[in-house]
Amino acid sequence: MRPLRKAKSKPIEERRYKMPNPSAALTDRVIMEQIGPGSRVLDLGCGDGQLLAQLRETRQADILGVELSRSAMINCMAAGVPVIQADLDQGLEDFPSRSFDFAVLSQTLQQVRHPRVILDEMLRVAERALVVVPNFGHWRVRWHQLWSGRAPVSSSERYQWYNTPNLHLMSMSDFRDLVEVVQGRIVKELALISGKAVEGAWAANVRANNALYILERNAP
Amino acid sequence: MTNAVTSAEDSAPDVNDERSVGCVETQTVELFAPPHPLKVEEGNDLGPIQVAYETYGNLSPKRDNAIFVCHALTGDAHVAGQHAPDSKKRGWWDDLVGPGKGLDTNKYFVICANVLGGCQGTTGPSCQKPGADQPYALEFPFVTIGDIVEVHAALVRHLGIERLLAAIGGSLGGMQALEWAARFPEMLRTAIVLASGPRLSAQGIAFNAVGRRAIVTDPNFHEGNFYNQEKGPRFGLALARMVAHITYLSEASIEQKFGRRLQHSDQFAYDLMRETEFQIESYLHHQGKRFVERFDANSYLYLTRAMDYFDLAQAYGTLADAFSKTDARFLVASYTTDWLFPISQSREIVSALVQARRRVSSVELESPYGHDSFLLEVDQLEEMLHPFLAEAYEMG
Repeated sequence: MRPLRKAKSKPIEERRYKMPNPSAALTDRVIMEQIGPGSRVLDLGCGDGQLLAQLRETRQADILGVELSRSAMINCMAAGVPVIQADLDQGLEDFPSRSFDFAVLSQTLQQVRHPRVILDEMLRVAERALVVVPNFGHWRVRWHQLWSGRAPVSSSERYQWYNTPNLHLMSMSDFRDLVEVVQGRIVKELALISGKAVEGAWAANVRANNALYILERNAP
Repeated sequence: MTNAVTSAEDSAPDVNDERSVGCVETQTVELFAPPHPLKVEEGNDLGPIQVAYETYGNLSPKRDNAIFVCHALTGDAHVAGQHAPDSKKRGWWDDLVGPGKGLDTNKYFVICANVLGGCQGTTGPSCQKPGADQPYALEFPFVTIGDIVEVHAALVRHLGIERLLAAIGGSLGGMQALEWAARFPEMLRTAIVLASGPRLSAQGIAFNAVGRRAIVTDPNFHEGNFYNQEKGPRFGLALARMVAHITYLSEASIEQKFGRRLQHSDQFAYDLMRETEFQIESYLHHQGKRFVERFDANSYLYLTRAMDYFDLAQAYGTLADAFSKTDARFLVASYTTDWLFPISQSREIVSALVQARRRVSSVELESPYGHDSFLLEVDQLEEMLHPFLAEAYEMG
């Protein structure tokens, strides 16, 4: 029996557009620039704790990480970064309200099951939420989707749509809507375009690969 | 100061020997001698107090590498190594304490002491009352976790140590580590709290109540004055241990270890008085019997009550207040199948520490072994203790 369709010559990994991940160095630098000296910072999904260790070093920040992976936690401990094992999908109920100046969530919002809940919780436990998100409104994503008829997949080469950790594909416009839903206010929006952070960028939703937001809760 | 560690060379050859502290001796010291008795929380004066302790490894010249191990309800000072070269019996946390182990005796000076009110060398109800020819029995003053820690702090100072690198303990030992942080905030650089909580739950008190009831209703209890009797409340104490032992296990671990297997035969005996028909029955009876050989019934009453009364939030206003004075780093670990000190209790500690703006790390470890996990899952612990302690030690 003949296969239904002839296999395409292009390997499967190359059949769709991959949203490039900003380098950790870039996002970490941009995040650090936003955090004032002596701030109390909670990093959600802190990995090895590199960002927090730098914040303590250069900003004398009072730091705390949240991480699920035990091997990453052990690296945190070796670096002297206090870290709490928790699953962001379970919320932040053990964190008292208003206990941090900043809650940071970098390249993770698209991976949690309930982005609205976590964003809401960040604005509860911290005065300000600092979020870095991919922008699936980028023109290349739009173009490739139109051209190939395939959904975009962000980041690493390893992933396809069926195994990507990214559960939610949102654009900057989508994200701004969510901020409204959680009664937040965008204090700052930085579009990450070609390795640079641009404030008030022209047509950001079309041009940015990623974006950084600083959010506050609207005054009641 | 004498170093209790002797070479492992003279012990029986064993593949584990290079990771063993080898032969050790329990030492004793008399503290709170007149005219400086301990004023226990209840209000009475107590002294002199004998304290039994063991040490492993060497104290650094700067005296900054000491780790105090707080034992659980029925533990003792013998945490690692063996008391005689040909002895097969090792200390109760031998897997964690030794050269290269989780508490690395090549690097750290490890101390463990029996608790006040206990019966393994430190003054307790079975000890002779000064000026009397009888043991204290129930005239021993009420003791609390705070009193226990007061005595241990006096021992630590007696050993010439101003500040501990760590106080570590599981269960009742974890309560002591928390009390150390609250009561002696300047004496700790880290507190490591395993399978414990800021208070004993009502469920925990309930199980302790059953245990005490078993002891005091034993016909041989004699109002606690059983020391000169032919028999003490052996059956009551064994029963108390059997009940308590169940709370240290988990449904899964009992199922895995014993299931419904029978002890003596493949067939039911149809004999009501056969009390060891199932393997789990036989195991619990064995645990009860062994316990009676090494533990004092009055100590059991005092120490379970100390555990019932422990409530840091009540003692200090709020839990966050209890931690407000210390700059110690905390490591809090709980176990998924522990139902005596469930994960929620550890989360409460962590939450209060975050609120008090202390430095806290916490892990929730997967283990089938219930409350006993902290004694058994030493590899998981070692993996965290190495970087955690090393960093705290280096940062000073």
